[in-house]
Amino acid sequence: MSSETQGPHTAGGMSLVEVLRTALFALRGNWLRSALTSLGVIIGIAAVIVMVSVGQGTQAEIEKLVSGLGSQRLDIGPGAGRGPGGARISASSFFTLTEDDAEAIRREVPGIQYTSAQLRGNTQAVYAENNWSSSWQGVQADWFEINGWELASGPGFEPRDYTSAAKSAILGESVRRELFGEEEAVGQTIRLGRVPFTVTGTLKSKGQGGFGQDQDDLIVIPLNTARRRMSSNASLPPGAVQQISVGVADPDGLSDAQAEIEALLRQRHKIQPGEDDDFNVRNLAEIVATRTQTTKLMSWLLGAVAGISLIVGGIGIMNIMLVSVTERIREIGLRMAVGAGPRDIRRQFLAEAMLISLIGGIIGIALGVIGALLVSKIGALPVALNSQVIGLAAGFSIATGLFFGYYPASKAAKLDPIEALRQQ
Amino acid sequence: MNAVLRADHAHAVIETRALGKIYAAGSEAEVVALKDVDLKIAHGEFVAIMGPSGSGKSTLMNLIGCLDTPTSGLYLCDGVDVATLDAEERAALRRDKIGFIFQGFNLLSRMSALDNVAMPLSYARVPPAERRRLAAEALTAVGLGERLKHRPSELSGGQQQRVAIARALIHRPAILMADEPTGALDSRTGQDILALFERLRSEGHTIILITHDGEVAAHADRTCVMRDGELHAMAPAA
Repeated sequence: MSSETQGPHTAGGMSLVEVLRTALFALRGNWLRSALTSLGVIIGIAAVIVMVSVGQGTQAEIEKLVSGLGSQRLDIGPGAGRGPGGARISASSFFTLTEDDAEAIRREVPGIQYTSAQLRGNTQAVYAENNWSSSWQGVQADWFEINGWELASGPGFEPRDYTSAAKSAILGESVRRELFGEEEAVGQTIRLGRVPFTVTGTLKSKGQGGFGQDQDDLIVIPLNTARRRMSSNASLPPGAVQQISVGVADPDGLSDAQAEIEALLRQRHKIQPGEDDDFNVRNLAEIVATRTQTTKLMSWLLGAVAGISLIVGGIGIMNIMLVSVTERIREIGLRMAVGAGPRDIRRQFLAEAMLISLIGGIIGIALGVIGALLVSKIGALPVALNSQVIGLAAGFSIATGLFFGYYPASKAAKLDPIEALRQQ
Repeated sequence: MNAVLRADHAHAVIETRALGKIYAAGSEAEVVALKDVDLKIAHGEFVAIMGPSGSGKSTLMNLIGCLDTPTSGLYLCDGVDVATLDAEERAALRRDKIGFIFQGFNLLSRMSALDNVAMPLSYARVPPAERRRLAAEALTAVGLGERLKHRPSELSGGQQQRVAIARALIHRPAILMADEPTGALDSRTGQDILALFERLRSEGHTIILITHDGEVAAHADRTCVMRDGELHAMAPAA
């Protein structure tokens, strides 16, 4: 018997675990309604996940590009430059660059540290039973520096390999793995198409590129070898190359070097003033800027979807919680009569709103992760998923539930128990 | 009024002095629901409050049950001045001191009898295992030890009211307040419930029974009658 005279202890109330348990029980009674209510949050949180992971992925890609020679390199390719008329590339201008152009750039443009001309193509690489379809690059010596490749094993190319068109090949890590597995690759003979090559080195792995491609899936051979031995180049004009890459010593000299190269090549290719270039110089910094722009747009779009969905979802939660308060007014009155304080009632309804939102958030996270993976696969956009993104999304969903659940919960807490019990 | 103030020397569980309640005070719709009610109920008493509808008996019940605050006068609930409490403190007072029994039972339909009875204790931070043990004990005490897992819809009206009584008893309150507890039951089941009240009274519980039915009120030790917001004593039934 608690007949001893004492004041009430309001410090009691329901414990947090108890509040959550009660809320979960209430939601289970109306699970379909709860699930439908959380739809807005599901979409909103999924959009948040995709948005943030795409944004972070692009950021990581840009950092990757800018590191190394990213901000110090220019790539010269055939075709019309991007003039005021937009990009124009005609088939006849496909082999406008020559090895001599590369040589001239090396000799005459000040501030250039590295120069390499390239040819490239696809081939079938065969070693014993193993068969791997890959791409090859015919390169000059500076190519390794410009692209930041390092040898993992083997001596690489000797200077005379470049001049004598030696049948030597350096394998990227993926090619090495596919052809040799655990076996030692250096010194072995492989076939590229029908031509036997000696493996003289392997490259250190760079992993997945910023664009999601496998950077290690390549075979490097000397440029002259590529010209003479790879059958796809049989009909090339003499000395033709597909691309010239240069690295400048000082990043600040990049635009000067670009202007010098353009002037030099116009002169060498005898292009009259007013005529279009038959080559184009690409600046990685520009590409990065374009890409950032695209991603920014996409982030804004997804951000808008996320924001609107969370607001709509939150209003949905508020709506259903208001209905729930009205429906359960007698229950509220009863709970108050047996000792639930306004604080207990507010907590219970807040917990319900938060749980609806959190469950929606968890489903949204799952869908968002799938969505982000699809974006990286189909959209070829870089995606970075990490626990921070997921934590952020979970926080967002809880916050949505609490924000939009507060009004209905307060309404329930302010009910007069006498009125509430009188309702039929 | 002196007859009503039949205060024992024992400690009074309920004591009101000139208790008044006016709704919409000052406006044209002003209603004086309660006028100068002096009531003293000692520990272990079984008191019936009678009166026609509109007489103010619901208002008195709400005040005694700490669901409402008076506009004038004093109410000491087990020694605590209710007028000084806010909503949160009144809730805690109800939780600790008062057990309600309603005409319509007011059980939560999705919960088992056991969970319905245990529910008030969740607001007093009693651990779940202890709650279930106490609830099973309370249900056994009202003769429903075999039906712990049943939902209210699987029980008869009399059984549902027993569940509600067990719920009101669970935290051993100083006061049991029953508002027309037999109103929704047939007369035989009603008799059973009233017999249960008498048993509880003999076990030392303080019971306040609100009814408009003289036969029901006859089970109490004494009866008060509400008329136009005023409380009058009535001689105990012979």
